[in-house]
Amino acid sequence: MTAVLKHELKLYFHSLTAYVFGAFLLAFVGIGSMLYNIQAAVSNFEFVLSFGSLVFVVIVPILTMRVLAEERKQRTDQLLYSLPITTTQVIAGKYLALLTVYLIPLCVVALYPLLFAQFGEVYLLISYGSILAFFILGAALIAVGVFISSLTDNQGFAAGIGIAVILLNYYSVSLSEYASSTALGSVISLCVIIFALGAVIRHLTKNENLAYGVCIVFAVLIAMVCFLDSSKFEGLLPGIMTKLSLFNRFNTFVNGVFDMTAIVYYLTVIVFFLFLSVQSLEKRRYN
Amino acid sequence: MIEIQHLTKCYGEHPAVSDLSFTVDSGQIYGFLGPNGAGKSTTMNIMTGCLSATEGSVRIDGYDIFEQPKEAKKRIGYLPELPPLYMSETPLEYLRFVGEAKGLRGADLEGQIAGVIRQTKIEDAAHRRISALSKGYRQRVGIAQALLGNPEVIILDEPTVGLDPIQIIEIRDLIKDLGQTHTVIFSSHILSEVQAICDQIIMIDRGKLIAFDTPENLEKQMLSPNEITLTSDSPAEELQELLWGIDHITSVHLEGIGEGLTKAQVKTDCPDIYEVSRSVFLAFAQRGAVLLEMSLKKANLEDIFLELAEGDTAPEPPAEIAESEENEVTEK
Repeated sequence: MTAVLKHELKLYFHSLTAYVFGAFLLAFVGIGSMLYNIQAAVSNFEFVLSFGSLVFVVIVPILTMRVLAEERKQRTDQLLYSLPITTTQVIAGKYLALLTVYLIPLCVVALYPLLFAQFGEVYLLISYGSILAFFILGAALIAVGVFISSLTDNQGFAAGIGIAVILLNYYSVSLSEYASSTALGSVISLCVIIFALGAVIRHLTKNENLAYGVCIVFAVLIAMVCFLDSSKFEGLLPGIMTKLSLFNRFNTFVNGVFDMTAIVYYLTVIVFFLFLSVQSLEKRRYN
Repeated sequence: MIEIQHLTKCYGEHPAVSDLSFTVDSGQIYGFLGPNGAGKSTTMNIMTGCLSATEGSVRIDGYDIFEQPKEAKKRIGYLPELPPLYMSETPLEYLRFVGEAKGLRGADLEGQIAGVIRQTKIEDAAHRRISALSKGYRQRVGIAQALLGNPEVIILDEPTVGLDPIQIIEIRDLIKDLGQTHTVIFSSHILSEVQAICDQIIMIDRGKLIAFDTPENLEKQMLSPNEITLTSDSPAEELQELLWGIDHITSVHLEGIGEGLTKAQVKTDCPDIYEVSRSVFLAFAQRGAVLLEMSLKKANLEDIFLELAEGDTAPEPPAEIAESEENEVTEK
């Protein structure tokens, strides 16, 4: 794992990736603190982070797009398979390298509240709580990016899908207000989600029976619940959209609440997507 | 050393490798031979843990590649068909990464890197970016990578493809060198290459093992075509009569090649071709006819391969995976 970690870090710092990522993050947070803390003379640094979280939509896919897609394209994944290291170690090494690249500009950002505290009263606890949450939010998004990169051998495609997914997640709370909150609307959208899930399973496992099986089981479950108590579906879709939003949970921290459930949620997302990435790599051995 | 048992790999419906079994002993060079699409790369990918098998097992030194991959992979160095190189690195950086991933540290790592660089003769390229290196050098960097960690088995997938003749000779010499200290398995579809450097030949076609022996034995086993080609300035009728007068001649084919010369292709069923050539020479001498040129054609690997591969009278040329069928290959 350390070999992969060292190697990845070397690749990031030899190419422009790490610098572009850091520059974008610092520039965006810098503009934010100029607008909020200096121009508007607000002492809450957490607002800057809330504003800055939009930058993830662009910089996370740029950072993660090549991580596995490029290995596949250059056929260097064969080397990784033939080395005496496990796929889990490969993914862990790569993920830790990404986190390191992400952590370096964040360390610079972590100086800002202290700096501002020299000139006025800053709520340091909330500021640093938000910075920690900002870090974990980014880490979760990077895990999603790693998984997307594992699905394709085309970097551009990985970046495009990554941007779309993160953007959708960013706006999912605003969009949920427009989503139908009737039971019928929820049932229909659940069916669409199940169908999409089946398609993904089929793409990943090449096993049609499994995909159909999963679809049918979920469809039957929905039908049963719908038959027993259709009111359960009311407002379900907007609820799901709000619950799945990674950015929405970050705003809890910005509002001054250190929400442990959100931390657990982020960690679950990280583990889940890294697990999927390992499976995605393993699966290539089986096709 | 390597034990392959009942290995089967299907891509969807098509079997790329079907029920392949053989055992490889240590300290020899094995040539893995077969036409394109015969399943060579698939077999090698499975042997090195890059691909799963549909059925069957591969054991390296007693360790199953699927059950105990770490132990098994430590004993193998693998160079895939396309060398898996990171183009933005120098060979030195690349080898350091591979070495560390193979669990080498400190002085041992540096020592081994220096050793494989010397062995594969890439000293003068060690500090240049891999993307700027020629194909021959990239191939060597790939081999150097396989040698790190001093594995007992080196597996090379078509190491000489796409190289110029000088580079091919250099890589062959390198393989011969490696054969003195390692077990080497390398695949090729160039028969002369395999004949020149291998101790043993593993021949597969359409995913099945069709021969496993030394080059010499394979040649001996063959019913050689035993063909003699000769050129003479005697008239065709005289040649016809003269040649049919010799024992063991089964067919004569004459062809005028201009300027009063005739070329004759003679086939014989006699196992000792020199006996026939001696009789031909004596018959010509007796008659006072002139033998301008005489050449003997003996069975070579190419004929052996064609006979073994097409022994089942398959009408189509060496098949792609997609075309492979459940053909029973008749053993010689």
